[in-house]
Amino acid sequence: MLKIYLLKYRTIYATLFVILAWYLLHLSIQSNIIPNPIRTIIVFFQLLQEDLLLHLLVSLGRIIVSVGIAVIIGTVTGLFLGMHEKYDIFFGPVIYLLYPLPKIAFLPVFMILFGLGNTSKIVLITTIILFQILVTTRDSVKGLSKEIFYSIRSLGATKWQVYQHVVIPAILPKLFTALRISVGTSISVLFFAENYATTYGIGYFIMDSWIRVDYIEMFAGIIAISLLGLFVFKMIDLLEKNSCKWALLEKNESQSLL
Amino acid sequence: MIEITDLTIKYNDTQILNHLNLNISKNETCAIIGPSGCGKTTLLYTIAGIRKATNGQIKINGEVLTTNRKETGVILQGYGLMPWKTVWDNASLGLRIRGVSKQEMNKQITAILSELDIYQHRNKYPSQLSGGQQQRVAIARALSIKPDLLLMDEPFSALDAITRESLQSLLIDLYHKMNITIVLVTHSIEEAVLLGKKIIIMHPSNGCVKRVIDNPHFGDHAFRNTTEFFQLCVEVRNEMEGLQEC
Ligand SMILES: Nc1ncnc2c1ncn2[C@@H]1O[C@H](COP(=O)(O)OP(=O)(O)O)[C@@H](O)[C@H]1O
Ligand SMILES: [Mg+2]
Repeated sequence: MLKIYLLKYRTIYATLFVILAWYLLHLSIQSNIIPNPIRTIIVFFQLLQEDLLLHLLVSLGRIIVSVGIAVIIGTVTGLFLGMHEKYDIFFGPVIYLLYPLPKIAFLPVFMILFGLGNTSKIVLITTIILFQILVTTRDSVKGLSKEIFYSIRSLGATKWQVYQHVVIPAILPKLFTALRISVGTSISVLFFAENYATTYGIGYFIMDSWIRVDYIEMFAGIIAISLLGLFVFKMIDLLEKNSCKWALLEKNESQSLL
Repeated sequence: MIEITDLTIKYNDTQILNHLNLNISKNETCAIIGPSGCGKTTLLYTIAGIRKATNGQIKINGEVLTTNRKETGVILQGYGLMPWKTVWDNASLGLRIRGVSKQEMNKQITAILSELDIYQHRNKYPSQLSGGQQQRVAIARALSIKPDLLLMDEPFSALDAITRESLQSLLIDLYHKMNITIVLVTHSIEEAVLLGKKIIIMHPSNGCVKRVIDNPHFGDHAFRNTTEFFQLCVEVRNEMEGLQEC
């Protein structure tokens, strides 16, 4: 019974849990570095009517553009390499070498090449999450069974129909998982990237509040960035629900066995 | 209808099929039997045009086979259904690939799903079906393209005895109704004797046909319980255990 309620109202439950823990921390630490959550929430809504919403939208825009570019380049390249082994033999080792490299270390290079503005921020986030998506896509394609390809070929499918009916639907669930991880990463990178050469974005807002020693505003910014993450995750959930019903069914089934 | 001459297939350096010759006439059912690993699946995939021969050729209706044929229906071992497609979308995939109009497709798929008694499951996914129901979807998909040749790889071996018998009977009915040539691969002697008008016994390791037995009793639902059936099973078993070469 409890399990069903927790699942049904999980977002509300999690929010209440976090606010309670925050409040207890506030009471026990007795310092203005952890402000009262209720007051912070009130300030959050006040700020939202000022310029906080704009900061949020700027950040959301940067995330959507970088994730969008990374998904397009990453899936197309991943699909191609997954389906064409002779090219993967060539590029696979290079990708393997570049994948764990901390791309953030190249920020100075990006800043010089792409300027201090939006472009270098977007390029940075894109390069960081691109590999995640590319490698996931390629490896899921390679993991597909030979039988499923025989099956579609026996129906006379063209190359594009093989992508349409087999490869793309088969990798979608794993792509969504990679997307969730990527978005998590992209928000933290964004926070970092919004600390130079910009006066807009939620990362800037938080650091600016900190410098002004306004901890309530800083925490209101943290609430905002959390809601941003939650919003993007919920959007991904929605997309997944509509396009991978079969995988969610199988997942629920295996969970109910536990 | 099918003429296989001198078919040789190598995988790396191992011979899987070796100078295999075989003729199958139109509107006949043909059961290919042999132990696991003898090359049955390889042979079937080659007849389906989805595996290339190293040497030799296959002619179907007088034409040399180079790629898969539009009029060949294939049912792979393990059914070959797409887990991400519903029963309806799986069954209609062959027609979609052929670019059949939506209206025509709806009509035909409704008819075939109803005939196979799975219309009520049309919105379910394969993981929500029993093995027998999945097999019916695979049969529906293969028959939807109105094939003149149906190839099946161990279609009933993963099913329980009762489901298997009812699907075997279904197949016999469909055969009588449809004017179709059926080639079926199996490792079960009873199934080969029940479903094959021609029973092709493969050599366990040489990759060739050891013997072809004609089965005049094929197609009778009561055949399963007659003494002729058991006699033929014994004959096939003896032949499979015998050591003579091709
Ligand atoms: N793709 C492959 N790679 C390596 N060996 C294969 C491959 N396909 C078939 N074989 C080999 O060919 C032989 C025949 O296989 P198969 O046609 O599947 O036999 P059957 O269907 O009669 O069990 C087996 O020994 C198998 O190991
Ligand atoms: Mg086999």
